[in-house]
Amino acid sequence: MSEALKDGPRMLPYVSAITEGVRQVLEEQDNAFVAGEDVGQAGSVFGYYQGLLAEFGDRRIVDTPISEKGIIGLGVGAAATGCRPIIDIMFMDFLGECMDEVANQMAKMRFMFGGGATLPVTVLTMAGAGMNLAAQHSQSWEAFLAHLPGVKVLMPSNAYDAKGMIIAAARDDNPVFVVMNKMSLAMQAEVPAEMYEVPIGKAAVVREGSAFSIFAMGRMVHEALAAAKTLESLGVDCEVVDVRSIQPFDSETAVASIKKTHRALVVHEAVRFGGFGGEIVAQLQEEAFDYLDAPIARVGAPFSPVPYSPALEKLYIPNAERIVAEVKKVLGI
Amino acid sequence: MAKNITNKTLIDLHSCMVRIRRFEEEAGKLMEDGKIPGALHLYVGQEAVAAGVMAHLSNKDQITSTHRGHGHVIAKGGQFAPMFAELYGKSTGYCKGKGGSMHISNMALGILGANGIVGGGPPIAMGAAFSNKFRKTKQVAVTFFGDGASNEGSFHEAANMAALYQLPCVFVCENNGFGEYTRQTNHQAVTDVADRAAGYGMPGVVVDGMDVMAVYEAAEAAIKRARAGDGPTLLECKTYRYYDHVGVRGMGLTYRTDEEVDAWKQRDAINSFETLLVKQGVLTAKKIENVYARANDEIKEGVAFAESSPFPTAEDLLEDVYFVGAGS
Repeated sequence: MSEALKDGPRMLPYVSAITEGVRQVLEEQDNAFVAGEDVGQAGSVFGYYQGLLAEFGDRRIVDTPISEKGIIGLGVGAAATGCRPIIDIMFMDFLGECMDEVANQMAKMRFMFGGGATLPVTVLTMAGAGMNLAAQHSQSWEAFLAHLPGVKVLMPSNAYDAKGMIIAAARDDNPVFVVMNKMSLAMQAEVPAEMYEVPIGKAAVVREGSAFSIFAMGRMVHEALAAAKTLESLGVDCEVVDVRSIQPFDSETAVASIKKTHRALVVHEAVRFGGFGGEIVAQLQEEAFDYLDAPIARVGAPFSPVPYSPALEKLYIPNAERIVAEVKKVLGI
Repeated sequence: MAKNITNKTLIDLHSCMVRIRRFEEEAGKLMEDGKIPGALHLYVGQEAVAAGVMAHLSNKDQITSTHRGHGHVIAKGGQFAPMFAELYGKSTGYCKGKGGSMHISNMALGILGANGIVGGGPPIAMGAAFSNKFRKTKQVAVTFFGDGASNEGSFHEAANMAALYQLPCVFVCENNGFGEYTRQTNHQAVTDVADRAAGYGMPGVVVDGMDVMAVYEAAEAAIKRARAGDGPTLLECKTYRYYDHVGVRGMGLTYRTDEEVDAWKQRDAINSFETLLVKQGVLTAKKIENVYARANDEIKEGVAFAESSPFPTAEDLLEDVYFVGAGS
């Protein structure tokens, strides 16, 4: 690296930020290990564990059989007995294979035991459509997880958050899901070399504005920012809030934004019906009804499985144009 | 009778089985009287399994139990007072009244929970065994499950992984002949669940689960093997539950006959062990009577404790959902 670049911002792609976060956690915590399908020899099918097997050995980077019930069970049992596992569920869609281990065991164990068990387990998993991987490798199931008392759910929209959320999750003494996005892996952001946490339960105002609030999740944050730019040219000053922490949800930041702008839209990649956006809308009408000047709009995927064909998938995934159209509808412009 | 087994161990095995039997009989009555809410799955008939296996475990070793878990908890060191309190839903219970019968647990005793999900335990025990190996301790994790659970994918994934990683894990299948109300011949094509061990590259052993010494000896070998780092074993104990799947005696259930139940009772683990121990001069009728008397006293005290304990309050409802405080 040249001297000039050394002083410039340290840019890392999302995929490398994940690697760096995991590596630093493994260096910090002797009782942490990574377990999952193809995490070792393959370095993950998405490449984010590349090099870690060579660095930490197979005691701490553990290739597992294709057995999601076993993998989550391994995480639960190990976490309850003194380890701090980082469990990898390759595609979020595969949580269907282990919903009992997630929903009935991991999420409930502490409560069922009257606080007797502590489960410091982190689950890294990949969500999102856009790679023509069709209906079983493209979903965004964060609302499923957020509906389970006992787990926390984070959605990093950028490389900085990916690293900071992995570190925060690994240091938390609860089950935490970090729901990452496969389309964001090449996306660069400034990422400090040192360890840092993105606080769990805090949304981020990623663009300040006065006339309209857009609450976006995961990759949709970037679509929201693009929409805000378009809307700016139409004279609408949008605030964009990256929800980031789905469970716990930062209603304080959301309410503060509404009090400023009085109009809002929620957007996520998940199916609109029953999506987490509905929860945000409900909380805002409960807590800030008097500040609302219009119904809160929702943008999400249509009520269908994720289609395969590039032609259909393009229609399926929410984007900036759809956000702009919805905002214009609310404003009557 | 095994060599090198002390009279104390024999007496402990007997008293463990009696404590379980008496606890369960009493719990069943209290449920029928409406004093214990919810559903109890009672362990009467299967006592030899819990007693024979747990005799080789310390508090540091972990177990996962089943919905029929009281026997495991008692054999692992559970005290009657916090157990009854938990069944009553009181704040002094092992789980502060939040888990109840199907989730009774105590981490200090190495009990990673009874489990309301059939097949819920094996993956968790495998994870604990992974942790034991990872942390280089000599702890062993034992998972109890039934013939019914041996048809769940979770059992198979856990068994495969335990064998793959050579984990200090023992799979104890309590084959009581029924998955809930469905007879084994109607829910699996194999007669011996232990046959399934071969599919995972671990030894499978079948023992008479009504013979506490047979269980004791087979469990000793399996647990020693696990502790030595030689990997898991599937130990199948053929046993029988005298009560129904839930509660004591269901109404109008035709899934088995009284004759069948009576035939198993002829082979009752406690009765036959008492006969043996008296014959060998280890116990006398008087001493046996004292074991029951002590268990009855413990029940009386435990029930009184449970009944006089407070229920949890509204403030307790949202406690323990998450760990709150500084992380590692």
